[in-house]
Amino acid sequence: MLMTVIRGLIICFCLAGSMEQAWAVAVDTPLEDPVLEARARAIHKQLRCLVCQNQSIEDSNAGLARDLRILVRDRISAGDSDEAAIGYIVERYGDWVLLQPPIKGGTIMLWSAPVVFLFFAAILIFVWCRRRSGPMATEASPLNADEQDRLNALLDDKDQA
Amino acid sequence: MGEPGLGQQPRSTWLRLLPLAVALVIGGFLFVGLGLRPKEIPSVMLGKAVPAFDLPALPGRPKGLKTADLNGQVSLVNVFASWCVSCRAEHPLFMKLKGQGIVPVHGLNYKDEGPAAMDWLRRYGDPYDRVGADLNGRVGIDWGVYGVPETFLINAEGRIVCKHIGPVMESDLKEKLLPAIAALRNGGTAKC
Repeated sequence: MLMTVIRGLIICFCLAGSMEQAWAVAVDTPLEDPVLEARARAIHKQLRCLVCQNQSIEDSNAGLARDLRILVRDRISAGDSDEAAIGYIVERYGDWVLLQPPIKGGTIMLWSAPVVFLFFAAILIFVWCRRRSGPMATEASPLNADEQDRLNALLDDKDQA
Repeated sequence: MGEPGLGQQPRSTWLRLLPLAVALVIGGFLFVGLGLRPKEIPSVMLGKAVPAFDLPALPGRPKGLKTADLNGQVSLVNVFASWCVSCRAEHPLFMKLKGQGIVPVHGLNYKDEGPAAMDWLRRYGDPYDRVGADLNGRVGIDWGVYGVPETFLINAEGRIVCKHIGPVMESDLKEKLLPAIAALRNGGTAKC
């Protein structure tokens, strides 16, 4: 039963994926050389769309995304290396357009944050584990003389009532 | 053995404060986030010379726009299009600027059709000194334009001083652009 559902979902996803691609080709004119086109496509996937901010320009159907796709194709056919083509866009729109931000001064926090959080989490877990395996304070300590007297008195009271 | 009932107390005080501390940190980030405008992407063009470009005029209108035109005096470059609805919101302000003659405003007609742009200018008024027609949007990309309207403040050396994203409102003009223009005119620097 579950397997059927999962299989159905996988087929749906595959179909959706191939349809989207077919659609993208229909709108854009791909480069004639499949090698160049593949390079252009790979770059498209790395560039962030400025209009619909969390999509790559490959996925976005915004007008500017299309213009940038064409621009990248133009640069690649003009003989630009991948780095040069990406650099051309970064020169105009900044590191912001890179879906994977470069490691440098301003992004150190961003890149190191996961490691730092993992480090603190590890310390916390370590401390907690040690506490739990340590001597437990749940064992009741014996009553001292005073307490024993008070308990006796209470019990006597109850008996008399 | 220790005091009865106190066995677990001391070590958990800081642990009890931990959720509060975490909430404060997250709250702090969210509070700062309230004031951020993620739609406004910081421009890397600030401080740079205007890109090299040479755009033709709109049909039936003299004066196109090219790099050299932006040299020699402080000016504004307004990216506009007839299909852009929020351009209409800022348009009266540029008409007023033209009337007062404070600063020349040039137009960068972004991905528009010549006749449509001319109709639009006839209908709402033409506040521009020069207008360059950027039919395929390539010059717009060179300027780092990603939405319309955008307005650039250019200093007398032809460098981009300031970029305003979205329609210019009365308050933007008064608090940001006009003071910057005055500062540039007095030979100073401006930042906005």
